[in-house]
Amino acid sequence: MTGDTLLSVEGIGKSYPGVRANDDVSFRIGAGEVHALLGENGAGKSTLVKMIYGLVKPDVGRMMLRGKAYAPAEPRAARSSGVAMVFQHFSLFEALNVAENVALGMDNPPPMRELSGRIREVSEGYGLPLDPARLVGDLSAGERQRVEIVRCLLQSPKLFIMDEPTSVLTPQEVEILFRTLRQLAAEGTSILYISHKLEEIRALCDAATILRRGKVVGSLVPKDVSAREMAEMMVGATLNAPARAAGKQGPVALRVTGLSVPSPSAFGTSLKDVGFEVRQGEVLGIGGVAGNGQDELLAALSGEIRTGRDVVQVHGRGIGDVGPNERRRDGICTAPEERLGHAAAPDMSLMENALLSGSVRKHLTKKGFIDWHGTRAFAEEVVKTFDVRTPGIGTAARALSGGNLQKFVLGREILQEPEIIIVNQPTWGVDAAAAAFIRQRLLDRAAAGAAVVVISQDIDEIMEIADRFAALNEGRLSEPVPTQGLTIDQIGLMLGGAHGMHEAEAHHAGA
Amino acid sequence: MLVLEKRPTPSKGWAWGTPFLAVALTMIAGGAMFALLGKDPVEAIRTIFWDPLFNAQFASYSRPQLLVKAAPLILIAIGLSLGFRAGIWNIGAEGQYIMGAVFGAAAGLALYPAETRWIFPLMIVAGAFGGFLWAMIPAILKTKFRTNEILVSLLLVYVAENILASMALGALRNPEGGGFPGSRNLSQWPAAANKELIAGTGLHWGVVAAVIAVIAAYVLLQRHILGFQIKLSGQAPRAARFAGVKPETLVVLCMGLSGALAGLAGVFEVAGPAGQISIDFNQGYGFTAIIVAFLGRLHPVGILLAGLLMALTYIGGELAQFMLGLPSAAIQAFQGMLLFFLLAVDVLSNYRIRLASFGREAR
Amino acid sequence: MEIFGINIAVLIASLMVASVPIMLAAIGELVVEKAGVLNLGVEGMMIMGAICGFITAVHTGSPMVGFLGGAAGAMALSLVFILLTQVFLANQVATGLALTLFGLGLSSLLGQGYNGIKPPRLGDVPFGPLENIPFFGRVLFTHDIMVYASIAIVAAVWAVLKYSRAGLILRAVGESHDAAHALGYKVVRIRILAILFGAAMAGLGGAYVSLVRVPQWTDGITAGAGWIALAIVVFASWKPWRVLIGAYLFGGITVLQLNLQAAGARIPVEYLSMSPYLITILVLVIMSSGRGRASLNAPAALGQNFHASR
Repeated sequence: MTGDTLLSVEGIGKSYPGVRANDDVSFRIGAGEVHALLGENGAGKSTLVKMIYGLVKPDVGRMMLRGKAYAPAEPRAARSSGVAMVFQHFSLFEALNVAENVALGMDNPPPMRELSGRIREVSEGYGLPLDPARLVGDLSAGERQRVEIVRCLLQSPKLFIMDEPTSVLTPQEVEILFRTLRQLAAEGTSILYISHKLEEIRALCDAATILRRGKVVGSLVPKDVSAREMAEMMVGATLNAPARAAGKQGPVALRVTGLSVPSPSAFGTSLKDVGFEVRQGEVLGIGGVAGNGQDELLAALSGEIRTGRDVVQVHGRGIGDVGPNERRRDGICTAPEERLGHAAAPDMSLMENALLSGSVRKHLTKKGFIDWHGTRAFAEEVVKTFDVRTPGIGTAARALSGGNLQKFVLGREILQEPEIIIVNQPTWGVDAAAAAFIRQRLLDRAAAGAAVVVISQDIDEIMEIADRFAALNEGRLSEPVPTQGLTIDQIGLMLGGAHGMHEAEAHHAGA
Repeated sequence: MLVLEKRPTPSKGWAWGTPFLAVALTMIAGGAMFALLGKDPVEAIRTIFWDPLFNAQFASYSRPQLLVKAAPLILIAIGLSLGFRAGIWNIGAEGQYIMGAVFGAAAGLALYPAETRWIFPLMIVAGAFGGFLWAMIPAILKTKFRTNEILVSLLLVYVAENILASMALGALRNPEGGGFPGSRNLSQWPAAANKELIAGTGLHWGVVAAVIAVIAAYVLLQRHILGFQIKLSGQAPRAARFAGVKPETLVVLCMGLSGALAGLAGVFEVAGPAGQISIDFNQGYGFTAIIVAFLGRLHPVGILLAGLLMALTYIGGELAQFMLGLPSAAIQAFQGMLLFFLLAVDVLSNYRIRLASFGREAR
Repeated sequence: MEIFGINIAVLIASLMVASVPIMLAAIGELVVEKAGVLNLGVEGMMIMGAICGFITAVHTGSPMVGFLGGAAGAMALSLVFILLTQVFLANQVATGLALTLFGLGLSSLLGQGYNGIKPPRLGDVPFGPLENIPFFGRVLFTHDIMVYASIAIVAAVWAVLKYSRAGLILRAVGESHDAAHALGYKVVRIRILAILFGAAMAGLGGAYVSLVRVPQWTDGITAGAGWIALAIVVFASWKPWRVLIGAYLFGGITVLQLNLQAAGARIPVEYLSMSPYLITILVLVIMSSGRGRASLNAPAALGQNFHASR
């Protein structure tokens, strides 16, 4: 399958103030090859592919595409050279329909009616059915990805770049995607596949280039090495799985019954009759693909969305009708997914951000007047205990790296010693060492007798730390089951299997 | 090629430096404008900024005027700054200022010609209430129906101006005024007059109120959780809800407070410097206060200084009109220009400007 | 046909004229907002259009050249908004307000010496015998060219936004500038063009006020028309044809209250003159209280500045 070299990258470097994103990076991709770009968050994968796609220009080095010098000035130039890209954070427009979104990604789209026909044709040909007339805002995360893929496929690319494509898919949807990618490779299209998930890379890719801190630290054939070897090259150290004390579980601390709320945002997911219980000392993992009601669930538990009094109960007492600060007083602390802008105010200092959610339980106000002395002490405690790398607590939150800010946010909540702690995507975009640290801290909190709810899209994470697992799918929550002995297929089915495939089934049934 | 690069943390130095830079740039550009109008730019700038304070001939009249003009600007701008910080855009302060004056004057005139010392305090309360009430219209429409407060508060200015005209010509017209529009002169009625407290200084009750407002706003923003919530709501609305702030409460609070302060400014003006309700007693203070609030970086101390500076341009402008024949519109354009330059140089506190070599990425 | 002594055909004909300035300004602002930019300086641009159009027309003797001058004046002012918001990334609300405050001052400065002058008259489009059709002749065929042009512009904006690729790109930029940038569209350039178009329309609208509606120059001649145009964009929920309806509604109220004033109605003049503003507020409330799909028409990136990072 692997024939001539399609793209070669030679000595590419790119610096941003204070960061060397890429340093002397070289690798080559053969025609029809599925090539993995492997690395932790912040290893420089995204910068590298943005250079290949013409969104960023390299400081040094050169690229060759099919033997000719390749230096795209903008994405349009990359596209006309046959390079297409599916983004990690989607480049879609929610208020526009599928066909319009596809048209925007093409340089010379055919008239709308013809385009719609081709979308149906191509999407079904690759097993990714799509309705061209639907608004993208109404689609699931997996379907949105299909829009992006189809947009690329319509231009018959030579090189197809996929940035972390599986983070929004259920295991069944991952299988479908892999079938599509293998089909493409068989047709001669090269695929540059960016991921930090090792098993996927072993299952799919012909070759892999491993990046660490902007540098290439290894090139290998994934099928020939173990996942553990790859992990150690990627992280540069051996990792220890979090220690899990066989904790005693106490009485039910948090009970949710019949939680149904409309989403506050236009394209959000409404919660439908969600119910569960968490005991003291227990970790409940709530899995689900992005956009299935995670934000709404967290908001309903934190008090940002209010419900009927008895819908949310703490130790048998209804608190569904009170706001976030009253709930904090009752022992509930939460950490939303969006770090900048939701869990923390970007332009405020860490000290002010410590006050943001810590004022109640840490008694940082007296008759409404702020105790800045106490606030400073609390912020310093968080920074110290959670090893937050920052010049000082006067630094603005947005100046911190994602991982450090996440440690700060989690630390701020955990150090308030909540009896119930609910976190959404606690290790999203965080490097492996910091993720392990955060998970350990959550387990410690459970060991100390708190009820812990971890909402996460990372199944591995849930399997690692949760006692029981429940799946959130289109705003409905499945019955929680023990994680022990659960298989990936079972989880996949609980997560809803493959979304939006009924059109394909209908199509095939009709054929 | 110049490239903007976002600073990780906003520069404190530039935050304080930009207003001064903006004033300097405005003087240059304003000077050019005056030159185009055929006036000597240096003389014009000197007449506006120097003579009112230090020219022996004019200072005795002009210096007290500084406080008289600055007080309403500061009072209104302090209120606006709280809302602006919270992302609540009350730009109809002019209307609230007018309604404060109308309510205050009406409360006083209803008791004419009584002579008790309760009349002036009663007028103050009524004035604050009038401004508050007028600001509550956009506030409640926003919280109940999510109606845009910018448009409603602004449109209500035109309504207030019509009410003012109707009052000056009708209900509040001086019955002994020989049919001329305008109310009785409040400043000549001891029980209702907003008197000069120390002769020759321009210090009246409005100035006292402005100083109290500056101090209270400073304490609120620096020390009180409510001030923190106001700042938080403006910077990160979602984080504010996470911190337990109710957006509706904040809208009502910020609009109400800024309305009441604008109303106070109105009643102090109408009972003192303006003296009476007339069709055009309002001098556009409600709009100029927007410039004052931004020029003062929405910071109470900054607003105090910006209010004094803006008052100086009014007084200096009048002087320049009188001495050099500079049209009053030129001063209005000059004030607008000041806001432009301030917004333009603001970029320096949030972004670093870097010289990028050609051929590199420039985005 | 007469009601309260007001001829209905004349009323409709004059509301069509009265609605031209806000229709033009509102359709321009609609395009600007569809691109994701909130320009609150419409009032300032209109009044600049009014004085520049007036001066040009007086000096050239041609009202048509005057309209061009008005558009050019407003576009010149909008360059300041472009520089501040698109290059220096200043707050759009504050910059828009500054534009209005500055425009009011500058226009009155430019207008010194033009008070009391009559501008050259813009004649009606000759339709010949069509004008004599009962009722409809008076309503439809007795207007100047700008009345028809403004309707044509609304239709053109509608067609471009709905059917053309340029319109699709404009909507995409207003919906998510990050996604548009990732696809390689020049977000800032597209927004600048939209702002210039909006300014040209506001300028035409302003010039129509000083050249046809009033027709003379006085300070503050636009009297809040720019703000009402902004309100009409919300009323129209960002749909071009609804701008036309909104403008006619507002024009109708204005004409009606003027007629009532002239007819000596027993309502005080001040209350009649405040009625258009009150009714605009009322309409805003009704439009914004309706939940659901209508709110989706508001461009998602409205008022946010775009800065490409990494």
